[in-house]
Amino acid sequence: MSFLPKPKFRHPAIETNDLGFTHRDYEGAISTLCAGCGHDSISAAIIKAVYELSLPPHRIAKLSGIGCSSKTPTYFLGASHGFNSVHGRMPSVLTGANLANRDLIYLGVSGDGDSASIGFGQFAHSIRRGVNMVYIVENNGVYGLTKGQFSATSDKGSKNKRGVVNNDSPIDMVSMAIELGATFVARSFSGDKTQLVPLIKAAIEHRGAAFIDCISPCVAFNNHEGSTKSFDYVRAHNAALNALDFITPRAPISTEYEPGTTEIVRLHDGSSIRLHKIDASHNVHDRAEAMSAIHRHKAAGEIVTGLLYIDEDPQDLHTNLGTIAQPLNELNAPELSPGQALLDKMNAALR
Amino acid sequence: MPIQSVNDFVVRFANVNGSGSASANQLFARSIMRMGVPVSPRNIFPSNIQGLPTWYEVRISEAGHMGARGGCDLLVAMNPETWGEDVADIEPGGYIFYDSSRPVPKSAFRDNLTILGMPLTEICLKHYTDPRQRQLFKNIIYVGALAALLDIDMAEIEKLIGEQFRGKDKLIAPNHQALHLGYDYAKANFACPIGVHLKRANAVGDLIFLEGNDAAALGAVYGGATVCAWYPITPSTSLAESFMAYCKRMRIDKETGKNKFAIVQAEDELSSIGMVIGAAWNGARAFTATSGPGISLMQEFFGLAYFAEIPAVVFDVQRGGPSTGIPTRTQQSDILLAAYASHGDTKHILLFPEDPYECFEFGAQAFDLADRFQTPVFVMLDLDIGSNHRMCKPLKWDDSRQLDRGKVMTAEDLEAGKEFGRYLDVDGDGIPYRTYPGTHPKRGAYFTRGTTKDRYARYTELAAPYIDNMERLLKKFDTAKKYVPGPVLRKASRKTDLGVIYFGSTSAAMHEALDLLEADGMHIDALRVRAFPFSAEVSDFIAAHDRVFVVEQNRDGQLRTLLMVECGIDPAQLTSIAHYGGVPITARFIRKAMSDAVNKATGAGRKETIG
Repeated sequence: MSFLPKPKFRHPAIETNDLGFTHRDYEGAISTLCAGCGHDSISAAIIKAVYELSLPPHRIAKLSGIGCSSKTPTYFLGASHGFNSVHGRMPSVLTGANLANRDLIYLGVSGDGDSASIGFGQFAHSIRRGVNMVYIVENNGVYGLTKGQFSATSDKGSKNKRGVVNNDSPIDMVSMAIELGATFVARSFSGDKTQLVPLIKAAIEHRGAAFIDCISPCVAFNNHEGSTKSFDYVRAHNAALNALDFITPRAPISTEYEPGTTEIVRLHDGSSIRLHKIDASHNVHDRAEAMSAIHRHKAAGEIVTGLLYIDEDPQDLHTNLGTIAQPLNELNAPELSPGQALLDKMNAALR
Repeated sequence: MPIQSVNDFVVRFANVNGSGSASANQLFARSIMRMGVPVSPRNIFPSNIQGLPTWYEVRISEAGHMGARGGCDLLVAMNPETWGEDVADIEPGGYIFYDSSRPVPKSAFRDNLTILGMPLTEICLKHYTDPRQRQLFKNIIYVGALAALLDIDMAEIEKLIGEQFRGKDKLIAPNHQALHLGYDYAKANFACPIGVHLKRANAVGDLIFLEGNDAAALGAVYGGATVCAWYPITPSTSLAESFMAYCKRMRIDKETGKNKFAIVQAEDELSSIGMVIGAAWNGARAFTATSGPGISLMQEFFGLAYFAEIPAVVFDVQRGGPSTGIPTRTQQSDILLAAYASHGDTKHILLFPEDPYECFEFGAQAFDLADRFQTPVFVMLDLDIGSNHRMCKPLKWDDSRQLDRGKVMTAEDLEAGKEFGRYLDVDGDGIPYRTYPGTHPKRGAYFTRGTTKDRYARYTELAAPYIDNMERLLKKFDTAKKYVPGPVLRKASRKTDLGVIYFGSTSAAMHEALDLLEADGMHIDALRVRAFPFSAEVSDFIAAHDRVFVVEQNRDGQLRTLLMVECGIDPAQLTSIAHYGGVPITARFIRKAMSDAVNKATGAGRKETIG
């Protein structure tokens, strides 16, 4: 249960990152999700990514909506401010938080019910606006907390635990994100940490709307024969376009790679991603090609994963709004209240 | 007998929307104000952009009565479509000014009117070739004619035109010309001035003239708002747009040219309030502007903000409900909706400005209150004061005033080892301390949630900590009584058992009604409520009177209900005077309703309403 404290014991020689923090410093409370839940693997991946990036935990704000996935921010980054908001409304709360203080890192965690159904509009509009954030949908195709109803990402023809077939077309979150103007779009699988961790790192370093659709099987309600979001199904149909290494600005970039199969993608802060192309034809810089790859693999019955699209020079909401560099929440009366002299002038003009 | 009245009459313009009449009509109103005579104009407009009837009603009152009066003395009939009802609404002995380019049968008029026909279209066709000019100058021409008919100082109108077109100087001369076309025609063809007319006076003083929405937006600028998230809805849209305009003027960083504000037009009201809550959680002053339907949509978020204790400022420019209701007409019908917004047990702070001056003042103060009490604060405007120009005291700001950011623990506090419990009542006033995200590397982080939690923000579903928290929220709300604007008492000239409670835009009509009733020999103590929660002065006032009227602009007597419930008042002691047809309440109505109620003197608790 979440209110059980974790033991404080730590090994004296435990490994620390560049800031002197241990892995434990990035953990949260003990998860209350079902044993084996894909979401816990994503939480672990987030912890690992942030630890390895050596980010001060208090400079991250983690926000979520409602649902199993939205519970997870309690289970990682315990030293960060967290906000478990309203069902489907994380994107607006995150957008507001980002407007108030552009200096923090915003991590939005949501689920397929939260983002593809009740919050589909908010998902879409936050992406459209280019909010600088990492938006992770922990996608299990099912409503877990209310025990097994289909969600809007359930594939047509897939079966629920009781054998009922879903007749509605699914919403494909990555296609939507690409269409709506996200500048970093990836899909991954909670069971593939090697792929997921560098994707999260790169998404954090990306200064724009970064979206990761992470298939995360629900062991309680959507891990059976006939489900297209089960561990077995996803493993059997996973078509990774590429594999990534995240490279910090300090690390030397080795040039030992086969031209045409590996590409270095530079990120805003000087770090970069080394992209090992599994599908040599996929160009991550081309929106149309990304869409086409998604459709092609879907038609072949495959789930395409990896980095699908990236714009290396994105514009974020603050750029578009022309806000000052200083966080708005630091401004006070002298900068904000124009004073009586101006009011006198206004009064005079209103007579 | 034609009405004879100097500086006390009503002129109604019946126009077609989209015809450009709005600025000409405003020119008319302002010129009268410049002559030292108080005016209160009202737009009566449809939910439409072009082609439908719209009215502009100007009450001229040297005595300073700003409420709607009812009826009109001079009709400027520029819309044939509404002719019948417009003519019927003129007071006996009134005047009608109309475009006589096409003949109007005598039967279309009434016997007891003075008819002033002027061939406006003909004059325009003769002098202008461009169709848009013909339309726009027609409006200026009738202003010129009215100047002659009503004895308005032409120099004032010319000066106003000059101010309006400053920087576009080549437009000044043609406007002056059009003005004189109308003036000269009227002088030559009518006996000027007519029975209702103006005389320079000194009754305006230093009063200013602006819309409540505009004033509230300016209040938000002075109150330190940096984030505005909104969704267009009548009649609140102009508030957000004014904020935008003021920010562009007052909030650009001189060195970098960058904005010290962020304004987002959201995809809907849910998103607007979500952004406001996110921004305020993160330490910025944030607000949204909306109207009834928006408040309905935001309900779930208000519960979150109340329970998770996050500041939010909401300007609710009320309009007629329910549903889409009468969207371009006024009402005060969101009182209960806002007071108890959201599911579960919730109560919210409401402020009731009476005019643009208080829209500004409360507009700024709302941010202090929201931060101090870490909760949503609603500034309850309505269409009548929000989207109409109203005369009010000049705006004031104390330059030494600091923003009250409430109880916020700083990095230094946390470093010094001060105990931090997000929902811990340290000072006994029910208000806990909060931290902004990102304050301290090791201390002060907490998890914000809409679910129940203990004093240290830890998730729990146990009854005891839940109740502990809910009781503290009540205590906090009680503390707010000392901080919100107190009620304003206006005592009758002699001791009386009768009292009246009113609020917001009803003020102007109420004050006039009190004068009339006093003259009728009916003495009534009056209390203007300016905020919810109600302070003890409100319940004391009710206790001190046998019978108290509650005058408001909704069907169900919502303020009366709130008073009954929150102050524990016997319903029989409170008589509802309800006016809710969408047109602003008038002194005539209040006077009649209250007189009838007192004269009938059959038991209290009855309702006096207009259908």
